[in-house]
Amino acid sequence: MGELAGYVITGISLGFIYGLVALGFVLVYKSSRILNFAVGEFLLVGAYVAWTARDAGWPLWATFLATIIAGAILGLLIERIALRPLIGQPILGVIMMTIALSVILRGTVMLIWGAISKVYQPRLFPAEPVQLGDIVIRQEYVWGFVTVAILLILFTYFFRYTTAGLAMRATSEDHQLARGTGIRVKSVFAQSWAICAIVAGVGGIILASITSVTLDLSQVGLKSIAVVLVGGLESIPGAIVAGLIIGIAEGLASGYIDPLVGGGISEVFAFAIAIVSLLIWPYGLFGLRRIERI
Amino acid sequence: MYLNAILVLKGMSLEVPDQKIIALLGSNGAGKTTSLKAISGLLHTEEGEVTDGSIEFADQRIDRMDPEDIVGLGIVQVMEGRRLFEHLTAEENLRIGAYLRHDGSSIKEDIERVYRYFPKLKLLRNKTSGYLSGGEQQMLVMGRAIMAHPKLMLLDEPSLGLAPLMVQEIYEIVKQFNAEEKTSILLVEQNAMAALSIAEYGYVMENGKVVLDGTAEKLKDNEDVREFYMGLSQVGEKKSYREVKHYKRRKRWLG
Repeated sequence: MGELAGYVITGISLGFIYGLVALGFVLVYKSSRILNFAVGEFLLVGAYVAWTARDAGWPLWATFLATIIAGAILGLLIERIALRPLIGQPILGVIMMTIALSVILRGTVMLIWGAISKVYQPRLFPAEPVQLGDIVIRQEYVWGFVTVAILLILFTYFFRYTTAGLAMRATSEDHQLARGTGIRVKSVFAQSWAICAIVAGVGGIILASITSVTLDLSQVGLKSIAVVLVGGLESIPGAIVAGLIIGIAEGLASGYIDPLVGGGISEVFAFAIAIVSLLIWPYGLFGLRRIERI
Repeated sequence: MYLNAILVLKGMSLEVPDQKIIALLGSNGAGKTTSLKAISGLLHTEEGEVTDGSIEFADQRIDRMDPEDIVGLGIVQVMEGRRLFEHLTAEENLRIGAYLRHDGSSIKEDIERVYRYFPKLKLLRNKTSGYLSGGEQQMLVMGRAIMAHPKLMLLDEPSLGLAPLMVQEIYEIVKQFNAEEKTSILLVEQNAMAALSIAEYGYVMENGKVVLDGTAEKLKDNEDVREFYMGLSQVGEKKSYREVKHYKRRKRWLG
């Protein structure tokens, strides 16, 4: 029983991270209809920036802050330099651009930090696990859970009650109408890229503290795209729910299936779920409900 | 002060005096909506531009400006077809209307002001706007424009697809709004009768040109307008004769 709960909790924590990265992907898609295939590399940059900050002896909060600021700058820069000139161009060119960006970012990370994997030194979170009855949870999972929960509350507030959040939702519906009410659509695009890079970076810190700071982290980018396909391209709650589904499925698979087949199943489980789910719900679980007047 | 708007589609000029309601009439494809989009700058979002002539607002040229900046100057277009942010609630749509203003407390007052003009919207404030009825949506898009405190409101076909009673209600409110808030209104309509009932002055467009203009009274009595846009014609005339005349008249306008 404790074993099952352990796998589920591991899965939930992983799922929250996937959901967070998927949320960044969804935000960019909603506002500008761009599929950002560089989201995994945003996560990579976040993890490495945090490693440098930690290496310089910065406290936990400063490490997070540095990653958030670096993410914002990265997102804004990329939108301004690489994506804005492509507004109105064919979708294929835009997709190629984000794929090119992912290769460039990965190469840059390798140039700056090297290809050898690292661990946070000193550790980000205490090593003693948390004991809940007979369930033992690593501190990283708990912290990841708390961080994502805080971010989700902030986002809910942002989109519901602030003018900037409202403008973002409006932009995602109708660009022309948004401009007609005075919203600067291009700066909304820039904001969505900044938020995408920030959430991916934060996800990167937590994930890297669980495993290690390595170039392989960027594979989570592809996994988060599988999550988005399951949850629906346009849905923020969908990203989180699908993240949890895939995270938990992966946790269970790594606990119960991997030992039977000698490992590896959990790595592809996300994509298997995405394929099955696309067959059943082509628009995703929470895909946009189209309002049509008859 | 005069708010000058000189529009060029194919050689036309039009002027909206301060605080007045001006009607722009014409049939399908005459260029009415294009004229409005040229003023509001939304023409740029459709790859359109003003190539010759100028559009001025309060002595400032605006035909090269982006729509966002033109809204900032106080020109708001209520687009045809009741365009709203469908997945947002009614009240969120109103809040978006006040996007360029940053005084939180008076935004609340303004929402109440919109509810005074359209009491029905208050009951629907938390409903998803895409599910409202046509009349309610028309009220909402006009309410959203009111939220911006415009100096000039460009109103495109507010009567389109609405029941006659609803058209009357909407027009009453337009008139009241113009009287109370001192906002100039440029009203585009195919429904000439309704438009001329509240406008002071009107322009008639054909094929991208203004072919006729005059005070509302004069236009209402003009036999061309009566026949082409109100469907009224002199009683007792022979049908064939009228058709010949119709042809000649159209000829005269197009020339």
